[in-house]
Parts: sequence; C-alpha cells; structure tokens
Amino acid sequence: MSVMKRVSLIFRAKANKALDRMEDPRETLDYSYQQQVEMLTRVRRGVADVATSRKRVELQMNSLQKEVARRDNQARDALGKGREDLARAALQNKASLQGQLNDLQGQYSQLQEQEEKLTLASQRLQAKVDAFRTKKETIKATYTAAEAQTRINEAFSGISEEMGDIGLAIQRAEDKTAQMQARAGAIDELLASGALEDHVGGPADNIQAELDRIGAGSDIDAELARMKGELSANAPRQLEANPNGGPSVAEPTDTQAADQPQDG
Amino acid sequence: MRILGEGQYQLDEAEAAQLAPLDLELDAAVDRDDEAAFRTALDGAVRLVRTGTPLPPDELAASDLILPSLDASVDDVRKLLAEDGIHLG
Repeated sequence: MSVMKRVSLIFRAKANKALDRMEDPRETLDYSYQQQVEMLTRVRRGVADVATSRKRVELQMNSLQKEVARRDNQARDALGKGREDLARAALQNKASLQGQLNDLQGQYSQLQEQEEKLTLASQRLQAKVDAFRTKKETIKATYTAAEAQTRINEAFSGISEEMGDIGLAIQRAEDKTAQMQARAGAIDELLASGALEDHVGGPADNIQAELDRIGAGSDIDAELARMKGELSANAPRQLEANPNGGPSVAEPTDTQAADQPQDG
Repeated sequence: MRILGEGQYQLDEAEAAQLAPLDLELDAAVDRDDEAAFRTALDGAVRLVRTGTPLPPDELAASDLILPSLDASVDDVRKLLAEDGIHLG
C-alpha cells in the first residue's frame, strides 16, 4: 500500500482507538477539547523556546564574529612585525572560528524556519480548536448520545489528525531546542573561559602572547637605540672633558660598540 | 490531503489521480532505501498538493492521504509508519 495512504490510516487508527476508550461519546468532546487546549499551550511554549534558542545562537554568533575580527587583526599585526609564522597561526585560527560561525549560521536559519512553522501551526490549531468548541456545544445541545456519534467521529478525526501533525512538529522542535541548548551551553562556556581559542585552532593565545612580547620587545629595542644614540652623541664630549680617559667613560663606549651589530 | 507540518489542501479528482504514481514511487523508494528517488517523488507530490486549495483552518476533516513534510527523510517516514511515532496528545 502507498506511503501516504498508510500514514493517513495510522492517524485514523489512533483517533479511533481514542474514541473507543470513551463510554459516552459526548464525554469524548470535553476530554478531547481539554487535550487540545493543552496542546495549544505546549505549541506556544514550543514557539517561545525556539525563539529563545534562536536569540542565544544570535548572541553567540556575535561573539564569534568578534573573535574572527580579532584573529584578523592579529594576523595583520604579526605580518607588520615580520612574523609570518604568527600571522599564519592567527589565520588558521580564524578559519576554524569561521567554520564554527558558519555552522551556527546554519543552526540559526533552521531555528528561524522552525519558529515560523510552529507559529503557523499554532494559528492553525487555534482555529481548529475554536471550531471544535463550537461544534462540541452544538452536538451536546442538539443530539442524543446515539445521534451524536457520527458527528463526533467526524469532528474528532479531523482534530485528531491536526493534533497528531502538530504533536510531531512540536516533538521535533523540542528535540531540536534541547539539542541546541546543550550545544549553546558548551559554546557559552568555551567563550567565557577563553578556551574556545585554544580549543578550536591551536595556540591562539600564544599568538597574542608572542605579539605582545614582540610589541614590548620592539619598544625596548627602540628605547635602547635611543639611549645608545644619546650616549654616542655625548661620548666624544665626555672624552674631551676627561682627556686622560677614565674607565668609567671608556666602558660604556665599549659596550655600545659590542651592542651595535645586534641593532641592525 | 495533508502535508505534515503545513496543513490540509483540497484537490480535484484529476489532481488527485496524478498523485497516485508519485505515491507508488515514494513507496518503492522507502522499500529500497533510495533517498534520492524518495526526495524526487516527495518533492513532486508536495508540489502537486500545494497547487490545491488550502482547506480553511476552521474546517474539521480527516484527510484521505497524508504526505510527509518536504524535509522528511526515508528514515523519518519509516518511523512514521512504525505507528508508535505518532501521538495524538
């Protein structure tokens, strides 16, 4: 038998089974209505949960985006300082972060799509539940138990199918949300601890440390060079002032000469 | 007709007749575990049903045929057919 027919029969069988459990068919109406209202609540909560997940992913995407930009700056900085090895490491790290970011973007659109679908589903269910309530009151007021049976069956199968459909959708949404929450929690933790950088793309913070070191190092080199310049400018005058030459003057001059090759 | 996750549509007889071969293809694809053939058949079936008239949301009627949602996989359909995958709340 065909797939579509089988699925519809399965839905119908489920509805019939639920109907069979009821002694008075009119009892079914109230019981079913109660379940529908519960389902509506569940769907609305589902929409809210998916929205929360989506917003959380959005925040994480922003954080990752900043990390990506930071790695990019590091790479430029490293290149500017002639450290291609560091620039390469920073770019490798950037690529890993970008991968994570792309992944999150995919998750984000999935959540967005699910949110839209669930919102529509909840509107559909609301309309059906309202229709059911009207029908339920009419049936209860107008018909005897025996007469009501067929009408109840119709209304009940119609609403049951909708409930089954939405039940599947909400189940998927709940699974997805739980999965996203676990994932998002892990990423939050990594971002907060700064471990993401090390975790994702190797020794990222070593890159920063090395750049800082070079930065501090070049400051010191510059200061040294300035001092040496001052000293060499002063030295001849000092020698003139002390023609006999004292060890106190000669020594720094020697040191300066020894340092010179390192400067270049 | 219902497309799971989308709602119900009313199809005239000619349209409904076009659905039958696609349904058979779908069935064969599930049996063979042929994801590609399944996708083609499901895509065709969903497109066809969508050309129908959407049933007003306040109409309470059971559908003659129920289509899996467009993003369903062979595996999803197997679960659906395993019966215990559906809870009516």
